[in-house]
Amino acid sequence: MSTGHYAISAGEIHREPLSAGTRAPEFTLPTTPDQTVSLSDFHGQPVVLAFYPADWSPTCGGQLSLYNQLLPEFQAHGAQLLGVSVDGVWCHRAFEEDRNIHFPLLADFEPKGAIAKAYGVYRDAVGTSERALFVIDAGGIIQWSYVSPIGINPGADGILRELEALSTTVDMEESR
Amino acid sequence: MSGDPTRSDVSQLVVPVTEDDHRQGPDDAAVTLVEYGDYQCSHCGQASPLIKDVQEQFGDDLRFVFRNFPLTSIHKYAQHAAEAAEAAGAQGEEEFWSMHDLLYENQDALDDESLITYAEQLGLDPERFRSDFASHAFEDRIHEQFVGGARSGVNGTPTFYINGERYDGSWSPSPLSTAIQRVLSSSR
Repeated sequence: MSTGHYAISAGEIHREPLSAGTRAPEFTLPTTPDQTVSLSDFHGQPVVLAFYPADWSPTCGGQLSLYNQLLPEFQAHGAQLLGVSVDGVWCHRAFEEDRNIHFPLLADFEPKGAIAKAYGVYRDAVGTSERALFVIDAGGIIQWSYVSPIGINPGADGILRELEALSTTVDMEESR
Repeated sequence: MSGDPTRSDVSQLVVPVTEDDHRQGPDDAAVTLVEYGDYQCSHCGQASPLIKDVQEQFGDDLRFVFRNFPLTSIHKYAQHAAEAAEAAGAQGEEEFWSMHDLLYENQDALDDESLITYAEQLGLDPERFRSDFASHAFEDRIHEQFVGGARSGVNGTPTFYINGERYDGSWSPSPLSTAIQRVLSSSR
């Protein structure tokens, strides 16, 4: 298990959402009271990073429930889904149990919103992240990012389209 | 919001309507309204009579299509209810829509026993219904519709598409019919 619980390598703050072609900032965040998850744990496979404002807000519940039900589709592309909000691990645990969530929810809790800031999706005025999606390829490069209007569930069409495109690219490279 | 160059356009229906779909209204209607719905979802239940109003208003100018989008992690009866509607549909289009309406009128009783009672009430072939229902004969069809909906940007239920474009407005009758009217007018 990693000891650097709250470390982010770059420690940079971006004001605009990181866009396609940018290297995804590394992070290590707690996902349960005694476990952490790092982006680099998933090197070699695509990662879907879903920032959302808060565990219990109605739209988030719908969005995360939808993604939960689509896990087999994400897995079919070899992708790992990670949810990120500024809520703490105990809040995440209660929310996961209540909604039967089967993918890791990461606590961007201390220093608050550091990862959201590194990805350029922190909202200073309200102290939460944007509702933002990043699809990161197997080599750690952001291939797609999207910021949804805060009250609107962005659905999964953009994620699935991007994962399909990544799978196609890999197939083409392998067949060469 | 500034700094958001990657926001995509309005989500589009990626699975075209075919003869395989449950449809009401003429196939050559100027406007097709597709709903992705969940029989246990209360919003879908509220939308159901409003759809009928819109269908009455637009008559042969409107084709209505229903596809399944059961949110099974939050609605424990949604999957079997969808399977019951499809099992009814295997016995005829009219049977499908009768079951569809009956489920929305009885959202507080969607357990398996009730579903079988509804099949009897509708005069379906009981043996065939029970066999299709028990063997989950339409599970794959429903899953395909769910995934097709997700790929089309379904972000909750009900989600509507008017001529293939996701309708993000209110589904109360007047905004929905205004949106349909706009598409209808531009198609003429």
